[in-house]
Amino acid sequence: MWEFILERAGYWAIIGLMMIGLFIAFSAENLIKRLVGLSLFMTTICLFYVTLGKITGGTAPILLKEDMPYHDASHAAAQTDPQLVAAGGERVAELVYTYSNPLPHVLMLTAIVVGVATLSVGLALIVRIREAYGTIEADDVRAMDIETELAQEAEAEKDLREATA
Amino acid sequence: MILESLLVSAPEWAIRHASVLIPVVPLIMAPMLTLSPSRRLAWILSIAATAASFYFSLLALAIVQTEPGGVIEYWIGNWTAIGIEFRIDALNAMVLLIVSGMGFLAAVFAWPTLVAEIAKEKIALFLSAFLLCFAGLCGVAATGDAFNLFVFLEISSLATYLLVAMGASRDRRALPAAFDYLIMGTLGASFYIIGVGFLYAATGTLNMAELAAQLPALSGNRAVQVGFAFIIVGLGIKAAMWPLHQWLPNAYAFSPSFVTMFLAATATKVALYALIRWLFTIFQPDIGFEQAIFTWVLAPLAIAAMVICSFQAVFQTDVRRMLAYSSVAQVGYIILGISIGTAAGVSAGLLHLFNHALMKGALFMAVAGICLNYKGTTIRDFAGLGRSAPFTMSALAIAGLSLIGVPLTAGFMSKLQLGYALFDHGWWWAVLLVVFSSFLAVFYVGRLLQTIFFEAPVNPRKNRKEAPLLLLVPLWVLALANIFFGIDASFPVGLANDGAVAALGMEAFQ
Repeated sequence: MWEFILERAGYWAIIGLMMIGLFIAFSAENLIKRLVGLSLFMTTICLFYVTLGKITGGTAPILLKEDMPYHDASHAAAQTDPQLVAAGGERVAELVYTYSNPLPHVLMLTAIVVGVATLSVGLALIVRIREAYGTIEADDVRAMDIETELAQEAEAEKDLREATA
Repeated sequence: MILESLLVSAPEWAIRHASVLIPVVPLIMAPMLTLSPSRRLAWILSIAATAASFYFSLLALAIVQTEPGGVIEYWIGNWTAIGIEFRIDALNAMVLLIVSGMGFLAAVFAWPTLVAEIAKEKIALFLSAFLLCFAGLCGVAATGDAFNLFVFLEISSLATYLLVAMGASRDRRALPAAFDYLIMGTLGASFYIIGVGFLYAATGTLNMAELAAQLPALSGNRAVQVGFAFIIVGLGIKAAMWPLHQWLPNAYAFSPSFVTMFLAATATKVALYALIRWLFTIFQPDIGFEQAIFTWVLAPLAIAAMVICSFQAVFQTDVRRMLAYSSVAQVGYIILGISIGTAAGVSAGLLHLFNHALMKGALFMAVAGICLNYKGTTIRDFAGLGRSAPFTMSALAIAGLSLIGVPLTAGFMSKLQLGYALFDHGWWWAVLLVVFSSFLAVFYVGRLLQTIFFEAPVNPRKNRKEAPLLLLVPLWVLALANIFFGIDASFPVGLANDGAVAALGMEAFQ
């Protein structure tokens, strides 16, 4: 039981952080806090992916000397080797070392860029909201919107009465 | 016929690279626009870029229809089997045609509304954001890679937040609307990549075709089931599936009228396409848990959307907000079609997707034309406009009737197909609810039409003002398409049937 929980410690941390981020993004009234929650949520996804790429005992995904087939020969020799050509240019030999999967890291580079872009657009919007409303509290903004709506409604009523009179 | 001659006349490079050029042309053009010296040049370039995309998606459709396998596979950079794949079959080709066609019409009609609603120095930047959004949507529809889909989804979404926020010059409420959309949209996309992560952990691949090949053997795997749930919720937020639609009414009501028209006709459609792709091509519907999701989650939510949002639409005073709620209801029809899970159901859903793009595009275009001259968008502002702007308003009336589903309009055809598919599946009670929801549409559209044509103008001093010609032409193209496809629906029905067959991976359509 304890082993089951503890050997997944990384995933528990991810779940916890993710839920905290989601909760902040939904519940905070301050718009900047909502963005903080959102970016916590997105960063945790990166953590999740990177955790997936880790293989027990695996090293960084850079080929070490023993795994390079022709580290002393020229590159051209590798291309003409019949064994490699037969396999469609893919390596067929077994690797000496275990390597972690690099693909999730690469995916997360893209996701980080997306996250930065989202954060900057969100902050820019907050600046504009602050200029237009003078506040960055979501409930104040909502109250002011309702006031605008009621004022418009009243004005329309007045117009209608004048038109019919 | 036209498609064949297009295929014959196309140069060899265009045929070979058509699938990837659809999103790439606007994607490259977007940063160019920010450098363009004049606003008018920026507008012409954006028309050229969307027209090029439209041409390439017609070409892709022609290739898909003539090719024996019906699939275009394109590996970016020739990295076969390990790189990113663009994969176009009959389903993508249909969605690409809708998106690029509506994008092209939107770009043509953009000019008068931009001049009226956007600050002079920002028009080129605005069009650049529009092209980014357009390229992202085309990319989502063209890609065959699960992670690449997320990237394109975020490209289009980030551009959409900007476009919605640009409505602030007219009404400051656009800003909180854009911010809410940003929070919800980002959460949706994040849910989607969490789901993709789970599937990657289970299968070790991100290619959709490869995933589809591996998943049936793994259907009992808990990680796969969790991934499925995350993906459905994420795409559900993007597609405005009830009850995840809260961002939509405000975003549509306060954004510039051009943006509303473009988004209503394309954005949710593309998310719905991705949903169909995941539900039918990648996860096959014969997997046990998916049938349960169809019957107990998607169908009830779709019906709730149809009925509740139609009710909400009846009580709106703002025309654009009313149409936005109606959009959520229409998404309900499409998801109801999908949730039947048969080829006929998916085909009906796709047909409604096509027709909904036509009618919402026309409706929001007409509303944009009214915004130009009369400013207000409440229903009262529309009083008596039937006399002062007869051409704009009769196009609006045609699209509105199509929205209700009056015979001889496109909307009737898709509701008919949906009804057949539901009857075949034995869900006759759902047919009754579709009819009931259409009856509610009679109320909200009828109220608008009655105000337009039979009430005296609120302010009689308003002079007779038609929408500009540049706006009337695309508007009438859409309105006539609504009638044409209501009388002879063979073209969209053929597309939808092919799309459903491609989605379900079947040999032929009965």
